[in-house]
Amino acid sequence: MNPAPAPAASPPAPVRSRLSFPTDPAPVRATDAAPVVFDLQALEVYYGSFRAVRDVTMQIRKNEITAFIGPSGCGKTTVLRCLNRMHDVIPGARVRGTAMYHGIDLYGPDVSATEVRRHVGMVFQKPNPFPKSIYDNIAFGPRVNGVKDKKRLDEIVEKSLRGAALWDEVKDRLQHSALGISGGQQQRLCIARTIAVEPEVVLMDEPCSALDPIATTRIEDLMRELKSRFTIVIVTHNMQQAARVSDRTAFFTVELDSANDQRTGILVEYDRTSKMFANPSDERTENYMTGRFG
Amino acid sequence: MRHTDREYEAELGRVRDNLLRMSGRLEQMIADAVRAVLDGDLALARRTIEEDHKVNRMELDTDDLCLLLLAKRQPLGSDLRFITTAMKMVTDLERIGDLCVNISERALALGGERPAHFAASLSHMADVDQAQLREATEALVARDPVRAQQVFDRDDAVDRTYSEVVREVQRSIQGDMAYLERGVHVLAVAKFLERIGDHITNLAELVIFLVHGKDVRHIGKRDD
Repeated sequence: MNPAPAPAASPPAPVRSRLSFPTDPAPVRATDAAPVVFDLQALEVYYGSFRAVRDVTMQIRKNEITAFIGPSGCGKTTVLRCLNRMHDVIPGARVRGTAMYHGIDLYGPDVSATEVRRHVGMVFQKPNPFPKSIYDNIAFGPRVNGVKDKKRLDEIVEKSLRGAALWDEVKDRLQHSALGISGGQQQRLCIARTIAVEPEVVLMDEPCSALDPIATTRIEDLMRELKSRFTIVIVTHNMQQAARVSDRTAFFTVELDSANDQRTGILVEYDRTSKMFANPSDERTENYMTGRFG
Repeated sequence: MRHTDREYEAELGRVRDNLLRMSGRLEQMIADAVRAVLDGDLALARRTIEEDHKVNRMELDTDDLCLLLLAKRQPLGSDLRFITTAMKMVTDLERIGDLCVNISERALALGGERPAHFAASLSHMADVDQAQLREATEALVARDPVRAQQVFDRDDAVDRTYSEVVREVQRSIQGDMAYLERGVHVLAVAKFLERIGDHITNLAELVIFLVHGKDVRHIGKRDD
Protein backbone atom coordinates (compact mmCIF):
# COMPACT_ATOMS: atom_id res chain seq x y z
CA MET A 1 0.00 0.00 0.00
CA ASN A 2 1.12 3.49 -0.76
CA PRO A 3 4.46 2.49 -2.32
CA ALA A 4 7.25 4.93 -2.92
CA PRO A 5 7.28 6.29 -6.50
CA ALA A 6 8.82 3.69 -8.80
CA PRO A 7 12.04 4.55 -10.69
CA ALA A 8 11.34 5.84 -14.19
CA ALA A 9 12.85 2.72 -15.77
CA SER A 10 10.44 0.26 -14.07
CA PRO A 11 7.39 -0.96 -15.97
CA PRO A 12 4.16 0.68 -14.76
CA ALA A 13 2.16 -1.22 -12.18
CA PRO A 14 -0.71 -3.12 -13.84
CA VAL A 15 -3.33 -1.42 -11.65
CA ARG A 16 -2.70 1.99 -10.28
CA SER A 17 -3.91 2.41 -6.74
CA ARG A 18 -5.56 5.64 -5.63
CA LEU A 19 -6.36 4.23 -2.21
CA SER A 20 -3.74 5.74 -0.03
CA PHE A 21 -4.11 6.83 3.55
CA PRO A 22 -2.27 6.24 6.83
CA THR A 23 -2.16 2.47 7.24
CA ASP A 24 -1.73 2.25 10.96
CA PRO A 25 -3.58 5.14 12.57
CA ALA A 26 -4.12 5.13 16.30
CA PRO A 27 -7.46 3.62 17.35
CA VAL A 28 -10.13 6.25 17.77
CA ARG A 29 -12.93 6.13 20.29
CA ALA A 30 -16.44 5.88 18.91
CA THR A 31 -17.66 9.46 18.99
CA ASP A 32 -19.28 11.84 16.58
CA ALA A 33 -15.82 13.23 16.06
CA ALA A 34 -14.55 9.86 14.77
CA PRO A 35 -13.29 10.17 11.19
CA VAL A 36 -15.67 9.22 8.42
CA VAL A 37 -14.61 6.05 6.61
CA PHE A 38 -17.47 5.71 4.13
CA ASP A 39 -19.52 8.64 2.92
CA LEU A 40 -22.50 7.47 0.86
CA GLN A 41 -24.51 10.10 -0.99
CA ALA A 42 -27.79 9.28 -2.75
CA LEU A 43 -26.51 5.78 -3.44
CA GLU A 44 -28.58 3.59 -5.75
CA VAL A 45 -27.89 0.04 -6.88
CA TYR A 46 -29.39 -1.50 -9.99
CA TYR A 47 -29.48 -5.11 -11.14
CA GLY A 48 -30.11 -4.56 -14.85
CA SER A 49 -33.13 -2.26 -15.01
CA PHE A 50 -34.28 -3.23 -11.50
CA ARG A 51 -33.46 -0.61 -8.89
CA ALA A 52 -32.77 -2.64 -5.75
CA VAL A 53 -32.11 0.25 -3.39
CA ARG A 54 -32.21 4.05 -3.61
CA ASP A 55 -31.55 7.24 -1.64
CA VAL A 56 -28.93 5.87 0.70
CA THR A 57 -27.11 8.78 2.30
CA MET A 58 -25.05 7.98 5.37
CA GLN A 59 -21.62 8.21 6.91
CA ILE A 60 -19.88 5.24 8.50
CA ARG A 61 -17.33 6.17 11.12
CA LYS A 62 -14.00 4.73 12.10
CA ASN A 63 -13.65 2.16 14.90
CA GLU A 64 -17.37 1.88 15.26
CA ILE A 65 -19.70 -1.04 14.66
CA THR A 66 -22.46 -0.02 12.30
CA ALA A 67 -25.44 -2.37 11.97
CA PHE A 68 -27.80 -2.58 9.00
CA ILE A 69 -31.23 -3.96 9.88
CA GLY A 70 -34.49 -4.33 8.00
CA PRO A 71 -36.85 -6.84 6.42
CA SER A 72 -35.85 -9.14 3.58
CA GLY A 73 -35.46 -7.30 0.29
CA CYS A 74 -34.81 -3.92 1.90
CA GLY A 75 -31.37 -3.60 0.31
CA LYS A 76 -29.21 -3.85 3.41
CA THR A 77 -26.96 -6.60 2.01
CA THR A 78 -26.90 -4.82 -1.35
CA VAL A 79 -25.56 -1.65 0.30
CA LEU A 80 -23.06 -3.67 2.36
CA ARG A 81 -21.73 -5.30 -0.80
CA CYS A 82 -21.26 -1.88 -2.39
CA LEU A 83 -18.69 -1.09 0.25
CA ASN A 84 -16.17 -3.56 -1.14
CA ARG A 85 -17.42 -3.73 -4.71
CA MET A 86 -18.79 -7.23 -4.46
CA HIS A 87 -21.36 -6.27 -7.10
CA ASP A 88 -18.60 -6.16 -9.70
CA VAL A 89 -18.93 -9.93 -10.07
CA ILE A 90 -22.66 -9.72 -10.82
CA PRO A 91 -23.40 -9.05 -14.51
CA GLY A 92 -25.68 -6.05 -14.99
CA ALA A 93 -25.17 -4.69 -11.49
CA ARG A 94 -24.33 -1.00 -11.36
CA VAL A 95 -24.14 1.75 -8.80
CA ARG A 96 -25.29 5.38 -9.03
CA GLY A 97 -24.70 8.17 -6.58
CA THR A 98 -21.43 8.23 -4.72
CA ALA A 99 -19.69 5.88 -2.35
CA MET A 100 -16.62 7.64 -1.02
CA TYR A 101 -13.97 5.85 1.03
CA HIS A 102 -11.74 8.35 2.80
CA GLY A 103 -12.65 10.87 0.12
CA ILE A 104 -11.89 8.49 -2.75
CA ASP A 105 -14.70 7.37 -5.05
CA LEU A 106 -14.84 3.58 -4.65
CA TYR A 107 -16.33 3.34 -8.12
CA GLY A 108 -13.90 5.78 -9.71
CA PRO A 109 -12.47 4.70 -13.08
CA ASP A 110 -8.97 4.04 -11.80
CA VAL A 111 -9.82 2.29 -8.54
CA SER A 112 -9.53 -1.49 -8.71
CA ALA A 113 -11.96 -3.78 -6.93
CA THR A 114 -9.08 -5.99 -5.77
CA GLU A 115 -7.44 -3.03 -4.12
CA VAL A 116 -10.71 -2.04 -2.46
CA ARG A 117 -11.15 -5.53 -1.06
CA ARG A 118 -7.68 -5.45 0.50
CA HIS A 119 -8.85 -2.54 2.60
CA VAL A 120 -12.38 -3.75 3.07
CA GLY A 121 -12.67 -7.42 3.98
CA MET A 122 -15.82 -9.47 4.21
CA VAL A 123 -17.20 -12.29 6.36
CA PHE A 124 -20.18 -14.13 4.97
CA GLN A 125 -23.33 -15.66 6.39
CA LYS A 126 -22.19 -19.27 6.17
CA PRO A 127 -18.67 -20.03 7.37
CA ASN A 128 -16.73 -20.75 4.18
CA PRO A 129 -13.24 -21.96 5.04
CA PHE A 130 -11.15 -23.18 2.13
CA PRO A 131 -10.74 -26.99 2.05
CA LYS A 132 -7.20 -26.55 3.34
CA SER A 133 -5.49 -26.63 6.69
CA ILE A 134 -6.29 -24.05 9.36
CA TYR A 135 -2.82 -22.56 8.81
CA ASP A 136 -3.19 -22.31 5.05
CA ASN A 137 -6.58 -20.65 5.35
CA ILE A 138 -5.04 -17.80 7.30
CA ALA A 139 -1.82 -17.66 5.29
CA PHE A 140 -3.70 -17.58 1.98
CA GLY A 141 -4.26 -13.82 1.81
CA PRO A 142 -0.80 -12.79 3.00
CA ARG A 143 0.78 -15.24 0.49
CA VAL A 144 -1.30 -13.74 -2.34
CA ASN A 145 -0.02 -10.36 -1.18
CA GLY A 146 3.54 -11.60 -1.52
CA VAL A 147 4.51 -12.65 1.99
CA LYS A 148 6.82 -15.65 1.49
CA ASP A 149 8.87 -15.74 4.67
CA LYS A 150 7.80 -18.70 6.84
CA LYS A 151 8.55 -16.96 10.12
CA ARG A 152 6.57 -13.89 9.05
CA LEU A 153 3.68 -16.11 7.96
CA ASP A 154 3.77 -17.95 11.31
CA GLU A 155 3.51 -14.61 13.07
CA ILE A 156 0.58 -13.48 10.95
CA VAL A 157 -1.25 -16.79 11.48
CA GLU A 158 -0.81 -16.61 15.25
CA LYS A 159 -1.71 -12.91 15.48
CA SER A 160 -4.80 -13.38 13.32
CA LEU A 161 -6.01 -16.45 15.22
CA ARG A 162 -5.43 -14.66 18.51
CA GLY A 163 -7.26 -11.64 17.13
CA ALA A 164 -10.20 -13.87 16.29
CA ALA A 165 -10.10 -15.50 19.75
CA LEU A 166 -9.41 -18.90 18.19
CA TRP A 167 -5.69 -19.46 18.84
CA ASP A 168 -6.00 -21.38 22.09
CA GLU A 169 -8.53 -23.74 20.58
CA VAL A 170 -6.58 -24.63 17.42
CA LYS A 171 -2.89 -23.93 18.11
CA ASP A 172 -2.10 -27.66 18.40
CA ARG A 173 -3.77 -28.61 15.14
CA LEU A 174 -2.88 -25.85 12.72
CA GLN A 175 -2.18 -28.40 9.99
CA HIS A 176 -5.56 -30.10 10.41
CA SER A 177 -8.32 -29.45 7.91
CA ALA A 178 -10.32 -26.29 8.59
CA LEU A 179 -13.44 -28.25 7.74
CA GLY A 180 -13.00 -30.40 10.84
CA ILE A 181 -13.69 -27.65 13.41
CA SER A 182 -17.13 -26.55 14.63
CA GLY A 183 -19.32 -24.03 12.80
CA GLY A 184 -18.61 -21.32 15.34
CA GLN A 185 -14.87 -21.99 15.13
CA GLN A 186 -15.07 -21.97 11.33
CA GLN A 187 -16.72 -18.55 11.41
CA ARG A 188 -14.00 -17.21 13.72
CA LEU A 189 -11.46 -18.76 11.34
CA CYS A 190 -13.07 -16.79 8.51
CA ILE A 191 -12.79 -13.64 10.61
CA ALA A 192 -9.11 -14.51 11.27
CA ARG A 193 -8.59 -15.04 7.55
CA THR A 194 -10.17 -11.64 6.83
CA ILE A 195 -8.07 -9.74 9.37
CA ALA A 196 -4.86 -11.55 8.34
CA VAL A 197 -4.44 -9.11 5.47
CA GLU A 198 -4.90 -6.17 7.87
CA PRO A 199 -7.89 -4.51 6.24
CA GLU A 200 -9.26 -1.30 7.70
CA VAL A 201 -12.88 -2.37 7.46
CA VAL A 202 -14.54 -5.73 8.09
CA LEU A 203 -17.97 -6.22 6.53
CA MET A 204 -20.08 -8.98 8.06
CA ASP A 205 -23.15 -10.31 6.31
CA GLU A 206 -25.27 -12.05 8.96
CA PRO A 207 -22.18 -13.68 10.46
CA CYS A 208 -24.07 -15.49 13.23
CA SER A 209 -27.20 -16.67 11.50
CA ALA A 210 -25.79 -20.19 11.11
CA LEU A 211 -24.45 -20.36 14.67
CA ASP A 212 -25.86 -21.43 18.03
CA PRO A 213 -26.33 -18.85 20.83
CA ILE A 214 -22.99 -19.61 22.54
CA ALA A 215 -21.01 -19.35 19.30
CA THR A 216 -22.98 -16.17 18.54
CA THR A 217 -21.98 -14.68 21.89
CA ARG A 218 -18.32 -15.46 21.13
CA ILE A 219 -18.52 -13.68 17.77
CA GLU A 220 -20.26 -10.67 19.33
CA ASP A 221 -17.63 -10.50 22.05
CA LEU A 222 -14.96 -10.72 19.38
CA MET A 223 -16.57 -7.92 17.37
CA ARG A 224 -16.38 -5.58 20.36
CA GLU A 225 -12.71 -6.47 20.76
CA LEU A 226 -11.94 -6.00 17.07
CA LYS A 227 -13.61 -2.61 17.06
CA SER A 228 -10.50 -0.94 18.47
CA ARG A 229 -8.50 -2.06 15.42
CA PHE A 230 -11.10 -2.22 12.67
CA THR A 231 -14.24 -0.49 11.47
CA ILE A 232 -17.05 -3.03 11.35
CA VAL A 233 -20.26 -3.00 9.35
CA ILE A 234 -22.69 -5.81 10.04
CA VAL A 235 -25.93 -6.87 8.38
CA THR A 236 -28.13 -8.77 10.80
CA HIS A 237 -31.68 -10.05 11.00
CA ASN A 238 -31.27 -10.31 14.74
CA MET A 239 -32.30 -6.95 16.14
CA GLN A 240 -31.12 -7.85 19.62
CA GLN A 241 -27.70 -8.50 18.13
CA ALA A 242 -27.69 -5.07 16.50
CA ALA A 243 -28.79 -3.58 19.84
CA ARG A 244 -26.05 -5.47 21.70
CA VAL A 245 -23.02 -4.86 19.54
CA SER A 246 -23.45 -1.81 17.38
CA ASP A 247 -22.73 1.87 17.97
CA ARG A 248 -24.98 3.02 15.18
CA THR A 249 -27.86 1.35 13.42
CA ALA A 250 -29.34 1.94 9.99
CA PHE A 251 -32.89 0.75 9.35
CA PHE A 252 -33.83 -0.06 5.76
CA THR A 253 -37.24 -0.99 4.47
CA VAL A 254 -38.94 -1.85 1.18
CA GLU A 255 -41.20 0.53 -0.69
CA LEU A 256 -43.46 -0.35 -3.56
CA ASP A 257 -42.91 2.01 -6.49
CA SER A 258 -46.39 2.41 -7.96
CA ALA A 259 -44.98 3.72 -11.26
CA ASN A 260 -43.38 0.42 -12.23
CA ASP A 261 -44.75 -1.95 -9.57
CA GLN A 262 -41.22 -2.67 -8.33
CA ARG A 263 -40.12 -2.99 -4.75
CA THR A 264 -37.13 -0.84 -3.87
CA GLY A 265 -35.12 -0.72 -0.67
CA ILE A 266 -34.70 2.62 1.09
CA LEU A 267 -32.79 3.84 4.11
CA VAL A 268 -35.40 5.02 6.62
CA GLU A 269 -33.40 6.04 9.66
CA TYR A 270 -29.79 6.04 10.78
CA ASP A 271 -28.82 7.03 14.30
CA ARG A 272 -27.02 6.00 17.46
CA THR A 273 -28.09 2.50 18.45
CA SER A 274 -29.16 3.59 21.93
CA LYS A 275 -31.57 6.07 20.36
CA MET A 276 -32.76 3.75 17.59
CA PHE A 277 -33.83 0.91 19.85
CA ALA A 278 -35.28 2.90 22.75
CA ASN A 279 -36.86 5.79 20.91
CA PRO A 280 -36.65 5.73 17.11
CA SER A 281 -37.74 8.87 15.29
CA ASP A 282 -39.50 7.24 12.36
CA GLU A 283 -42.75 5.35 12.79
CA ARG A 284 -41.64 2.74 10.23
CA THR A 285 -38.59 1.92 12.36
CA GLU A 286 -40.76 1.70 15.46
CA ASN A 287 -43.27 -0.60 13.79
CA TYR A 288 -40.56 -2.90 12.47
CA MET A 289 -38.62 -3.28 15.69
CA THR A 290 -41.70 -3.77 17.83
CA GLY A 291 -43.02 -6.43 15.47
CA ARG A 292 -45.85 -4.42 13.96
CA PHE A 293 -44.52 -4.86 10.45
CA GLY A 294 -46.52 -5.70 7.34
CA MET B 1 -50.88 -0.67 14.38
CA ARG B 2 -51.28 -4.04 16.06
CA HIS B 3 -48.57 -6.57 16.75
CA THR B 4 -47.90 -9.26 14.20
CA ASP B 5 -47.65 -11.63 17.18
CA ARG B 6 -51.14 -11.74 18.68
CA GLU B 7 -50.05 -13.40 21.90
CA TYR B 8 -47.57 -10.55 22.50
CA GLU B 9 -50.33 -8.05 21.76
CA ALA B 10 -52.55 -9.77 24.33
CA GLU B 11 -49.78 -9.78 26.95
CA LEU B 12 -49.18 -6.05 26.53
CA GLY B 13 -52.94 -5.58 26.78
CA ARG B 14 -52.93 -7.44 30.09
CA VAL B 15 -50.27 -5.12 31.52
CA ARG B 16 -52.32 -2.13 30.45
CA ASP B 17 -55.54 -3.60 31.87
CA ASN B 18 -53.82 -4.28 35.20
CA LEU B 19 -52.76 -0.63 35.42
CA LEU B 20 -56.29 0.50 34.62
CA ARG B 21 -57.85 -1.85 37.17
CA MET B 22 -55.39 -0.73 39.85
CA SER B 23 -56.08 2.89 39.07
CA GLY B 24 -59.88 2.37 39.19
CA ARG B 25 -59.65 0.60 42.51
CA LEU B 26 -57.43 3.33 43.95
CA GLU B 27 -59.80 6.07 42.85
CA GLN B 28 -62.46 4.35 44.96
CA MET B 29 -60.03 3.85 47.85
CA ILE B 30 -59.16 7.57 47.96
CA ALA B 31 -62.87 8.42 48.10
CA ASP B 32 -63.57 5.76 50.76
CA ALA B 33 -60.60 6.64 52.96
CA VAL B 34 -61.49 10.35 53.09
CA ARG B 35 -65.20 9.52 53.50
CA ALA B 36 -64.26 7.31 56.47
CA VAL B 37 -62.40 10.26 58.06
CA LEU B 38 -65.10 12.85 57.37
CA ASP B 39 -68.04 10.60 58.38
CA GLY B 40 -66.19 8.96 61.28
CA ASP B 41 -67.05 5.65 59.61
CA LEU B 42 -64.72 3.12 61.26
CA ALA B 43 -66.14 0.12 59.35
CA LEU B 44 -65.43 1.87 56.04
CA ALA B 45 -61.89 2.64 57.26
CA ARG B 46 -61.28 -1.06 58.01
CA ARG B 47 -62.70 -2.15 54.66
CA THR B 48 -60.42 0.32 52.87
CA ILE B 49 -57.38 -1.09 54.72
CA GLU B 50 -58.44 -4.59 53.65
CA GLU B 51 -58.83 -3.42 50.06
CA ASP B 52 -55.14 -2.54 49.91
CA HIS B 53 -54.17 -6.24 49.88
CA LYS B 54 -55.80 -6.52 46.47
CA VAL B 55 -53.78 -3.56 45.20
CA ASN B 56 -50.58 -5.15 46.51
CA ARG B 57 -51.46 -8.41 44.77
CA MET B 58 -52.04 -6.54 41.50
CA GLU B 59 -48.68 -4.83 41.85
CA LEU B 60 -46.91 -8.19 42.19
CA ASP B 61 -48.88 -9.70 39.29
CA THR B 62 -48.04 -6.79 37.02
CA ASP B 63 -44.36 -6.89 37.95
CA ASP B 64 -44.26 -10.64 37.24
CA LEU B 65 -45.92 -10.13 33.90
CA CYS B 66 -43.51 -7.32 32.94
CA LEU B 67 -40.49 -9.41 33.93
CA LEU B 68 -41.79 -12.30 31.88
CA LEU B 69 -42.33 -9.99 28.90
CA LEU B 70 -38.79 -8.59 29.18
CA ALA B 71 -37.35 -12.11 29.29
CA LYS B 72 -39.56 -13.59 26.63
CA ARG B 73 -39.97 -10.77 24.11
CA GLN B 74 -36.91 -8.56 24.60
CA PRO B 75 -39.08 -5.56 23.74
CA LEU B 76 -37.78 -2.56 21.81
CA GLY B 77 -38.94 0.96 21.03
CA SER B 78 -42.30 1.99 22.48
CA ASP B 79 -42.94 -1.52 23.83
CA LEU B 80 -39.72 -1.31 25.82
CA ARG B 81 -40.73 2.08 27.16
CA PHE B 82 -44.23 0.86 27.94
CA ILE B 83 -43.08 -2.16 29.94
CA THR B 84 -40.40 -0.33 31.91
CA THR B 85 -42.87 2.52 32.50
CA ALA B 86 -45.52 0.06 33.70
CA MET B 87 -43.05 -1.36 36.22
CA LYS B 88 -42.52 2.11 37.65
CA MET B 89 -46.20 3.01 37.51
CA VAL B 90 -47.27 0.05 39.61
CA THR B 91 -44.88 1.22 42.32
CA ASP B 92 -46.49 4.67 42.37
CA LEU B 93 -49.97 3.12 42.29
CA GLU B 94 -49.12 0.78 45.13
CA ARG B 95 -47.81 3.71 47.19
CA ILE B 96 -51.11 5.53 46.61
CA GLY B 97 -52.81 2.43 48.08
CA ASP B 98 -50.52 2.59 51.12
CA LEU B 99 -51.38 6.26 51.62
CA CYS B 100 -55.11 5.40 51.51
CA VAL B 101 -54.36 2.89 54.29
CA ASN B 102 -52.57 5.64 56.23
CA ILE B 103 -55.60 7.93 55.84
CA SER B 104 -57.92 5.11 56.99
CA GLU B 105 -55.70 4.53 60.04
CA ARG B 106 -56.15 8.21 60.95
CA ALA B 107 -59.92 7.71 60.68
CA LEU B 108 -59.57 4.88 63.21
CA ALA B 109 -57.33 7.05 65.41
CA LEU B 110 -59.97 9.81 65.40
CA GLY B 111 -62.30 7.12 66.81
CA GLY B 112 -65.41 8.22 64.98
CA GLU B 113 -64.96 11.91 65.65
CA ARG B 114 -65.77 13.97 62.55
CA PRO B 115 -63.44 16.86 61.68
CA ALA B 116 -66.36 18.90 60.32
CA HIS B 117 -64.36 22.10 60.12
CA PHE B 118 -62.04 20.53 57.52
CA ALA B 119 -64.67 18.61 55.56
CA ALA B 120 -64.67 21.04 52.63
CA SER B 121 -60.90 21.27 52.17
CA LEU B 122 -60.15 17.55 52.70
CA SER B 123 -62.92 16.45 50.40
CA HIS B 124 -61.74 19.00 47.83
CA MET B 125 -58.24 17.50 47.97
CA ALA B 126 -59.68 14.00 47.60
CA ASP B 127 -61.83 15.08 44.64
CA VAL B 128 -58.85 16.66 42.90
CA ASP B 129 -56.72 13.54 43.55
CA GLN B 130 -59.42 11.29 42.10
CA ALA B 131 -59.92 13.47 39.04
CA GLN B 132 -56.17 13.72 38.52
CA LEU B 133 -55.72 9.95 38.82
CA ARG B 134 -58.49 9.40 36.28
CA GLU B 135 -56.92 11.95 33.95
CA ALA B 136 -53.42 10.43 34.26
CA THR B 137 -54.87 6.99 33.53
CA GLU B 138 -56.77 8.24 30.52
CA ALA B 139 -53.62 9.98 29.28
CA LEU B 140 -51.88 6.60 29.57
CA VAL B 141 -54.57 4.78 27.60
CA ALA B 142 -54.69 7.49 24.93
CA ARG B 143 -50.89 7.92 25.10
CA ASP B 144 -51.66 11.63 25.20
CA PRO B 145 -48.76 13.74 26.52
CA VAL B 146 -50.87 16.94 26.47
CA ARG B 147 -53.34 15.49 28.98
CA ALA B 148 -50.43 14.16 31.03
CA GLN B 149 -48.89 17.62 31.07
CA GLN B 150 -52.19 19.06 32.32
CA VAL B 151 -52.14 16.63 35.27
CA PHE B 152 -48.65 17.82 35.97
CA ASP B 153 -49.72 21.48 35.86
CA ARG B 154 -52.78 20.99 38.10
CA ASP B 155 -50.87 19.44 40.98
CA ASP B 156 -50.47 22.93 42.45
CA ALA B 157 -54.19 22.95 43.35
CA VAL B 158 -53.71 20.10 45.86
CA ASP B 159 -50.53 21.70 47.21
CA ARG B 160 -52.31 25.02 47.77
CA THR B 161 -55.22 23.39 49.64
CA TYR B 162 -52.72 21.47 51.75
CA SER B 163 -51.02 24.74 52.78
CA GLU B 164 -54.41 26.21 53.69
CA VAL B 165 -55.21 23.17 55.87
CA VAL B 166 -51.84 23.50 57.62
CA ARG B 167 -52.49 27.15 58.44
CA GLU B 168 -56.05 26.42 59.57
CA VAL B 169 -54.93 23.56 61.84
CA GLN B 170 -52.24 25.82 63.34
CA ARG B 171 -54.88 28.47 64.07
CA SER B 172 -57.22 25.88 65.63
CA ILE B 173 -54.45 24.55 67.90
CA GLN B 174 -53.40 28.06 68.91
CA GLY B 175 -57.04 28.79 69.78
CA ASP B 176 -57.55 25.61 71.75
CA MET B 177 -54.67 23.32 72.81
CA ALA B 178 -57.22 20.56 73.35
CA TYR B 179 -57.43 20.41 69.54
CA LEU B 180 -53.78 19.33 69.30
CA GLU B 181 -54.34 15.59 68.96
CA ARG B 182 -57.17 15.87 66.43
CA GLY B 183 -55.26 18.58 64.60
CA VAL B 184 -52.27 16.27 64.14
CA HIS B 185 -54.51 13.61 62.58
CA VAL B 186 -56.16 16.11 60.24
CA LEU B 187 -52.75 17.42 59.28
CA ALA B 188 -51.58 13.90 58.52
CA VAL B 189 -54.62 13.18 56.34
CA ALA B 190 -53.99 16.36 54.37
CA LYS B 191 -50.31 15.43 54.01
CA PHE B 192 -51.22 11.94 52.75
CA LEU B 193 -53.60 13.46 50.17
CA GLU B 194 -50.85 15.83 49.09
CA ARG B 195 -48.45 12.87 48.72
CA ILE B 196 -51.03 11.01 46.65
CA GLY B 197 -51.04 14.03 44.34
CA ASP B 198 -47.25 13.73 43.97
CA HIS B 199 -47.49 10.06 43.01
CA ILE B 200 -50.13 10.93 40.41
CA THR B 201 -47.73 13.54 39.04
CA ASN B 202 -45.12 10.80 38.72
CA LEU B 203 -47.61 8.77 36.67
CA ALA B 204 -48.12 11.75 34.36
CA GLU B 205 -44.36 12.19 33.95
CA LEU B 206 -44.08 8.53 33.02
CA VAL B 207 -46.78 8.93 30.37
CA ILE B 208 -44.75 11.76 28.83
CA PHE B 209 -41.68 9.50 28.81
CA LEU B 210 -43.70 6.68 27.31
CA VAL B 211 -44.84 8.83 24.40
CA HIS B 212 -41.82 11.04 23.74
CA GLY B 213 -38.99 8.95 25.16
CA LYS B 214 -37.97 12.06 27.12
CA ASP B 215 -37.54 11.88 30.86
CA VAL B 216 -39.17 14.97 32.38
CA ARG B 217 -38.48 13.97 35.97
CA HIS B 218 -36.23 16.16 38.10
CA ILE B 219 -35.93 18.80 35.39
CA GLY B 220 -33.90 21.68 36.76
CA LYS B 221 -32.70 19.55 39.66
CA ARG B 222 -29.92 17.67 37.90
CA ASP B 223 -26.30 18.35 38.62
CA ASP B 224 -25.42 18.64 34.94
